[in-house]
Order: sequence, then C-alpha cells, then structure tokens
Amino acid sequence: MEVGLKKKENMGFEETELRLGLPGNAVSAATEEVVRKRGFSETDTDDETAAVDLMLNLSSKEPTTGADPTDKHNNLRKEKTLLPADPAKPPAKAQVVGWPPVRSFRKNMLAVQKSVGEESEKNRSPNPSFVKVSMDGAPYLRKVDLKMYKSYRELSDSLGNMFSSFTIGNCESQGMKDFMNESKLMDLLNSSDYVPTYEDKDGDWMLVGDVPWEMFVESCKRLRIMKGKEAIGLGLAPRAMAKSKNRS
Amino acid sequence: MMNYFPDEVIEHIFDYVASHRDRNVLSLVCKSWYRIERWTRQRVFIGNCYSITPERLIRRFPGLKSLTLKGKPHFADFSLVPYDWGGFVYPWIEALAKSRVGLEELRLKRMVVSDESLELLSRSFTHFKSLVLVSCEGFTTDGLAAIAANCRFLRELDLQENEVEDHKGQWLSCFPDSCTSLVSLNFACLKGEVSLGALERLVARSPNLKSLKLNRSVPLDALQRIMMRAPQLADLGIGSFDHDPESEAYIKLKNTILKCRSLTSLSGFLEVPPHCSLAAIYPICPNLTSLNLSYAAGIQGSELIKLVRHCVKLQRLWIMDCIGDEGLGVVAMTCKYLQELRVFPSAPYGNPAAVTEKGLVAISMGCPKLHSLLYFCHQMTNAALITVAKNCPNFIRFRLCILDALKPDADTMQPLDEGFGAIVQSCRQLRRLSLSGRLTDQVFLYIGMYAEQLEMLSIAFAGESDKGMLYVLNGCKKLRKLEIRDCPFGNMALLTDVGKYETMRSLWMSSCEVTVGACKSLAKKMPMLNVEIFNENEQEDCSLEDGQRVEKMYLYRTLAGKRKDAPEYVWTL
Repeated sequence: MEVGLKKKENMGFEETELRLGLPGNAVSAATEEVVRKRGFSETDTDDETAAVDLMLNLSSKEPTTGADPTDKHNNLRKEKTLLPADPAKPPAKAQVVGWPPVRSFRKNMLAVQKSVGEESEKNRSPNPSFVKVSMDGAPYLRKVDLKMYKSYRELSDSLGNMFSSFTIGNCESQGMKDFMNESKLMDLLNSSDYVPTYEDKDGDWMLVGDVPWEMFVESCKRLRIMKGKEAIGLGLAPRAMAKSKNRS
Repeated sequence: MMNYFPDEVIEHIFDYVASHRDRNVLSLVCKSWYRIERWTRQRVFIGNCYSITPERLIRRFPGLKSLTLKGKPHFADFSLVPYDWGGFVYPWIEALAKSRVGLEELRLKRMVVSDESLELLSRSFTHFKSLVLVSCEGFTTDGLAAIAANCRFLRELDLQENEVEDHKGQWLSCFPDSCTSLVSLNFACLKGEVSLGALERLVARSPNLKSLKLNRSVPLDALQRIMMRAPQLADLGIGSFDHDPESEAYIKLKNTILKCRSLTSLSGFLEVPPHCSLAAIYPICPNLTSLNLSYAAGIQGSELIKLVRHCVKLQRLWIMDCIGDEGLGVVAMTCKYLQELRVFPSAPYGNPAAVTEKGLVAISMGCPKLHSLLYFCHQMTNAALITVAKNCPNFIRFRLCILDALKPDADTMQPLDEGFGAIVQSCRQLRRLSLSGRLTDQVFLYIGMYAEQLEMLSIAFAGESDKGMLYVLNGCKKLRKLEIRDCPFGNMALLTDVGKYETMRSLWMSSCEVTVGACKSLAKKMPMLNVEIFNENEQEDCSLEDGQRVEKMYLYRTLAGKRKDAPEYVWTL
C-alpha cells in the first residue's frame, strides 16, 4: 500500500489519477506503461477489484504483472482476484476509454478525495503531536498536529493560512513567509510583523527555526506567534543578532 | 396587421419573447421582423462555436449583451476527444472587444479559455457582469485575478468543474474594496488555497451575495465566520467539513447554521472526516429544494439516509450510489416533489453493493414529478423500466448508465429493448435519452417510432446493423445531436439520408464501421457540413485510404466553412 501511494507521488500525483485504470487504445508506448502501473494501483481497494473484473466483459486481467515487480509483490493477493475466477465470464479484452461515462473532472476529484482520505487516516493514527498555537491579538487559539508537516515551510504556510484573517490582508503576508530568512529577521523584529516562537520541553521560549525540524517537533510544547516588538522584549533579539553576526 | 404598427411597438412586443427558439422563429416571419428582431436581440446561444464566425454573429446582433458558447463535443467529457482539438474562446473575445459590443454576460461550456482571453475580457467590457465557465480548461488563477481586479461591476463568477491550474497568487484578494456587487461566487473546483481573510472581507462587503460555493481548502472555522456574515445566502457549497466534533469551531457552526433560514440549496462537502455525521445540517434540511452531495466521497450511505429523511421539499438531488437501493427507497418516501435525480458511481466501476433497478423503481413510485434522471447502476431489467415508464410519464431527460455496458436484463438475460421501448412510448415529451446495456436494433425501431420530441441521443455498445441507426435518423424528426460509440453502424447508415445532418447540430461516431471513403463522399455532397476525422496514429506516412475504418468522426453543420485552428490530427474532408 505504502509503495503504491509513493508511486503516485513520484509520477506526479494529479496526473496519475486522471486515468483511473482506463488506458486509451491508441496511446504511445511510454504513456501506456505509466498507465498500466496506474491502473494497478487504482485497483487498490477490495471493492473495486471485483468490480473491475465485472465491467463490460471487456476488463483485462491487469496486464501489469510484468510492469512493476514491487507492485506485484505488494498486491499479489489483489492480483489474484483480478483474474476472472468465474468461468462463465468471456475472456478478457482491453479496457475501454471513457467508460463508464463519468466526467474526467469528477473522476479526478473522487480519486484525490480517496487518497487524501487514506493519507489522513494514516496521519491520524500514529501518535499525533497536537500543540496549541496562539497569536497575539487573535480572539482564540488553534491546535495543529506537528506530525502533519515535514518542514518549517509547511508549518509556516499552514499557520499563515490559519491566521490570515486576523492580519491586515495583502496579497502576500510577508511576515510569516519570511521568518525563515535570517537576513530579514532584524527587519521583522523591528517592524510590527509577527515572529513565531515556541515553548520547549524546558519551559524556555525559543525562536522557531534554529534546530532541525525533527528536533523541533520533539521538543515543541506550544507555539506563540508574537508581535515583533514583543519578541525583542523577550530577549530573543540578541540571540538573533549574534547568529547573524556569526553567519556573515 | 402587424405591418401597421410602428417598429417601437413591435420591439416592445418582442421584449416579451425571451427564449432563443421563439426569437429564431420570429426572425423568420418576414424581413421587417428579421430586422427588428436582430436589433433588439440581447441574448444569443451558440451550441457549436464552429458553426458561425464571431464577426458574422456580431454583424447580425449588434446589441448583443449575453453570449453562450459551447465548444468541444460532449464525448470530450469522457476523454474521447484528443487534447488540443479546439474550442478556443480567444477569437470570440477578441472579435467582441474590437466591435465594441457591450458584452455583459459570457457563458462557456467545454471550451479552451486562456489567461489571455480572461485578461482581454476583463479589460474590454466596462459593464461586464457575469462569467460562467463549465467544464473548461486552459486557464490559471492568474486569469481569475484579472477578472477579479478589472470587472468593476461583477455580479457572477461561476466556475463549474473546470481544470484550473493553481498559481498560488492570491486571486481572491484581487477583488478591490470597491467591489460590492457580487451575487454569485463559485470556486469549488479550484484545487489551491485562497486567502481566507480576503474571502471573509469580500463576503462582508457583498450584501447581495446569494450563492457561494467554496473549495476544499476553506476550513470549517472560516465557513462559520462566512455564514455569520452572510445570513442571506440561499445557495451554499461547503468546502471542507473536516472537524473535530468536540471543537469550539464545530459547536459554533451548528449554532450559525440554525440562523441560516434562507438556504434552499446545499452542495460541496468536498472534504469530510471519517465517519462524518451530518447532524449539524438537519435543521436546514426541511428548507432545501436542491442538494448536491455527489462530491462528498466519504459520507456513508447510512448517514446520507438519515439526512434525506429531513429533506421533505427537495426538488433536485445529486447523490452517490452508496446511498443504495434502500436509501433511494427513503428518498421516494420523503421527497414527494422530486423533479431531478442524479445517482453517481462512488467508485470508478461502481460499488457492487450500490444501486440497482430496485432503487429506480422505488423512486418512480414515490416521485411522480420526476422529469430528469441520470442513473449509474449495476443492473437493470425490462420489467423495472416498464414500471418506471408507467409511473413517470413526464420524463424529459432519461439517462441510464449500466456500468457493465453490455449487460442484459438481469433477470431474463434478454436485451433491454423492451424496457427502453416502454420509456419512449410512455414519455412523449422526452428530449434527451442515453442508452446502455445489451441492446439490439429493436430498441432503435421503438425510438424512431415513438420518440417524436427527442433532441439528443447517446448510444454506446448497442445495435446489430445499419438498420438501427437508420430507424433513428428516419424517425426522430427533432433530432439535433446524435453521439454513437462502439456500435456496428457503417457507411450505409451514414450515407442514406445526408440531408438529415443539416437539420442537426452534430453527429459523433467513434469505433463504428464507417470508412474514410464514405466520409469523403458525405463531405463532398454536403458543403455546409464540416466532416472531421481524427487520425491519431503516430505514423507519418499514414495517408487516408478510402477503405480504412474511421476511428473517430465528428461532423457538424456550419456557416463558417473549414476551421483554421484544427490540430494536425484532425482532417476536415
């Protein structure tokens, strides 16, 4: 299952979902190969494998057996159910483009929703790391699961979106997006823009961004998005200035 | 008698004639009426953008305010039309801009819309009010930003099921503070994030906003704030419904929903938590006339059933087949005013436990006002169709899709000819019909005999011989669009009555038995038709030999001649 999903990411996720296992009959060799792989991972769920087989008496034994050994390995069980077990069914032919007649847009949406659903199911179960996020001036706090993100950038984007309604809107909220940029840090601290800080395991208030991401996730207990001026007041500025001196 | 009235009087009378067809008829009465009609015509519908040139249209209707254009053939929806076939809107916008037509409304379906066209559109028509794009592609959020920024009196921006590239610019923020005229905003099909702050402020300054459809990126708490600001909303599309049932945001939303007494139409739920409960929505269900949960993958059938029990006034229902036959039984018991039903497959090839003929029969028994149906199911029987035909004689649109396209009657193993025959015989007002399942030429005999009002017919994997197609061409006098795939219809059927095609908008035939020679012959006999053949073979030296079978053919009547924007693989004969 893992491998199948990763495959989708590598191949450009959105595009793979376009076909949903309905390869065209006049496609070039390259796309045909990709499509075959896709077709296989599309038939991931148990419900669908049986249905694929029924369709039109034209559904194929998935010709993917040769295409990708890893897929085959992981989906051996499913592969077996694809072969027509019912002798009454006529021999399989090629799959059919454009059948059933569902708009491509709808097919794509469903596929995206399915895989997002699967991913979020996976994301929810192992030890989520929810921390409170407060922003100075906002009427209430939010909670985020730090394990949902892979980098400071992702966290920053998400927080920016979460709290954008409380900022004076521009086309870009420069403050949030620039906090990772060291050279702009002094501008941020001196201006009224916001600075993300966090409370670590020792109870100290730290500037977000100093330590590697994984270490941050382990040690962060809560987040606070401070107004720049307050951050200086907390003594974060000297540390930041020292860092930028060292870097330059 | 009418000749003694001054033009102004006749114009005034024509004002009351709104429908395109009636207007077309008026213009044919006499030269004087033609002249008056063309000067007063404000709304024009062009079903095939290649049937006429924009310049010619503008010459005839200089007072044009609202234009509807359709581009690609219908089967393009199912990936049967290659990528760059055509349907570009830019030449139309360019011509309209040059001519200084006071365009206020543009509605496009299955067309290629570039950012350049949107930018030109936004800058060229000061009173532009309404843009509706359905199943279009070719543009990005940059184009939307231009519309937002430049159309000062914009009332409607309605994006339905378009493929839009997201450039992560903040297009929604480009609506200026001075824009307060929005009545309808639908961006449900966009994949990317929007600035929630800008969205909320936009809603807050749009007192006339009646219809708002959000995309999946808009979270629940933002939804709640938006609904607070717009209690006058009549039509709402929920983006993300993902929530923690115990969260403050969800509790707030439940309370806010209670205040939205004007909501009559609900859609979306593009993202739902697992085991989602829709109890928060129950209070507004009794007011709903339209409910579209066809994109709410992840809502269980049992939850859908619980919801539907509250929807006593429903007239339109779009839902997924996980509601099941049992659920359709509940719909039949509850929704006595139901007029339109669409049941979509929840998995690419359908959910085996989903809907069958039983659900449809239940609906027909409980919903006598039903006139439009799109039904994806696993199986059907003649008996069921005969019952449905008897219970619902008012069908205007009847589209049945049995997922296994060659499946016969599930009980008797007979073809479904008799069932569909009953439908056309009983539903004398039927305008649109889509067939599926195992079908012989007999069904076409019935269609030709009884379907007098039929305008659009979609056929797939059906029939036995040319006779089938001929029954239809000879019998259906009002036929406008015929689309056929994978049927054994060939040259004899194609060529027997070539004059027929000039009375129709278009004919599509793919994977049938027609040959290049027959198409050439047809094109030669009928200069007012464009006969296009798609030659998708990669081989360079592939010349079109007469005996060769045609994979895809699309022909349409036109006043514009051979089009100049066709890609290489399209041969216009």
